Amino acid sequence: MLRYLLSRLLRAALTIVAVVTFAFVVLRLSGDPALLIMSVDAPPEAIEAFRAAWGLDRPLWEQYIRYFLQVAQGNLGQSMRDGRPALTVVLERVPETLALTLPAFATKLLIGIPAGVYAALNRNRLADRLTMVLSVAGFTVPSFVLALLLVLIFAVNLGWLPSGGAESWRHAILPVITLGLSGAAILARFTRSAMLEVLGQPYIRAASAKGLPWRRVITDHALPNAAIPTVTIIGFMVGSLVAGAVVVESVFSWPGVGRLLVVAVANRDLAIVQTILLLVAFTMVCANLVVDMLYGWIDPRLRTARTQGA
Amino acid sequence: MTPQDTATGVLQNAAAEPARGAVARFLDSWPPTVLAALAWIGGMVFVALFADSLAPYPYTALDLRARLSPPVFIGGDWRHILGSDELGRDVLSRLIVSIRMSVLIAFGATVISAVLGTSLGLLAAHFRGRIEQVVLALVDFQASMPFLIIALSVLAFFGNALPLFIALMGFHGWERYARIARGLTIAANEQGYANAVRQLGAGAARIYGLHVLPNIASTLIVTMTLTFPEIILLESGLSFLGLGVQPPMTSLGNMVGYGREYITRAPWIMLSPATAIVLTTLSISLVGDWLRDRLDPTLR
Repeated sequence: MLRYLLSRLLRAALTIVAVVTFAFVVLRLSGDPALLIMSVDAPPEAIEAFRAAWGLDRPLWEQYIRYFLQVAQGNLGQSMRDGRPALTVVLERVPETLALTLPAFATKLLIGIPAGVYAALNRNRLADRLTMVLSVAGFTVPSFVLALLLVLIFAVNLGWLPSGGAESWRHAILPVITLGLSGAAILARFTRSAMLEVLGQPYIRAASAKGLPWRRVITDHALPNAAIPTVTIIGFMVGSLVAGAVVVESVFSWPGVGRLLVVAVANRDLAIVQTILLLVAFTMVCANLVVDMLYGWIDPRLRTARTQGA
Repeated sequence: MTPQDTATGVLQNAAAEPARGAVARFLDSWPPTVLAALAWIGGMVFVALFADSLAPYPYTALDLRARLSPPVFIGGDWRHILGSDELGRDVLSRLIVSIRMSVLIAFGATVISAVLGTSLGLLAAHFRGRIEQVVLALVDFQASMPFLIIALSVLAFFGNALPLFIALMGFHGWERYARIARGLTIAANEQGYANAVRQLGAGAARIYGLHVLPNIASTLIVTMTLTFPEIILLESGLSFLGLGVQPPMTSLGNMVGYGREYITRAPWIMLSPATAIVLTTLSISLVGDWLRDRLDPTLR
């Protein structure tokens, strides 16, 4: 188990290194950052000073190492717009984004998993068909279209909810629904097929053959086994949640990290973009680590098999 | 389903078989939803190919006397069938040109992604060892980051131009082709036919190009039907945010993003491209599911 965790940790560290390298390469490939950030008609002294300050006059490998050290110290440059440290600007927005993504994540789990289990247990009945149709809709309707439809219905036509902004909790309802629904649809589909797969296994037949009540068969045998593939999908969902937040925050003018990213990309505020890129990578790596640990917890086979295999 | 259910089902089927006509048998292998989806995809391709002749007006043409005019059956007239926007530009014409742009980008990007991923997968399977490790590390990296964030960073660093944008979209989903191509090629290399050709003295290019690739193609095609709609959604999402296709060019996402400003007064500007996006991704997913069942029983 320890060895399994260590290998996962090593992999997580490698991913972080890869992302930092990616940021460095892209930053250098995109041209002279001094000219990019300063503007072409800045006085030559100023550009020279900028180069020296950022170490751009150094050999490339030295720049790479310096870049790593800077990142490790949380020094990610200043935002072009107000000159404040990029990390501060980004971290300020994190609570706003969490205020949307956490309830949305809960919505996904609370709708997606029960719907998937229910559909699997009532296979080919109306409820199952309905769930599957909705789940197909869930991933063919892009989040911005869903968001705008919700705005059109609940804000424009019915006037029940505000269409954008972040003044009160009522402003969060539509963004959370948008983010939660699309993920719930995908989760329902996966949970359903995981459940169906498990229900077809011999041990389920064995459990009901020995006279166990059907309810116990489901709760003690089917659900724990179906949880294993489902947890993987939940790990991936963190990524789609982050990507979804970018779109949804923009539609609803929600002042979170996603909207900051869109504005920063439009203004080419590179320090901010790079900080968010690293922050997302870090979040993803943590999410994957959590998933791996959950695996070790719900799947006892992994604890022994991996140690022997490795 | 219990065994009895299956048994009665089989019996019923057997009894019904002679009575069923050719139409029913045809519909069995070609379900109506799939036919409708194929028709829609065909329509999209047709529109994309003949956009210039189909569009009633140039997509940038202004008609200032008919600004924000509604579509034909809800108060508009036949001059602007799907209505017009706030500059009086014809929504139908813009929709047609947008479809061409979105289909072009999605098609180009899917080809890039498939070629890139398959080549890397084949390379990994052929050389194994260190090259395989590098490819797998790249696959892990790509799979662990939400691609939208990577795409946004690249756009921020490099700026936006259409060829770059298409190439960038082509980096979406390559890791899936690489994984599948690698796995299937390793398996194929251990099977008789690849070995037989190798013993006959065929070179690597011949073995992979003429023998292995055709054998694994069906799985790769099914993967294409998964990435194609995702690329459409990605492109339209970025364009919606104003960071994808840049005006004066237009794409479906672009139109939705632009129509969002007029959601209260002229929802039709945004609804028609949104419908086109949804129906297109839905159709490709349906066809993909159906293809997967037909071509590749091992996948499910």
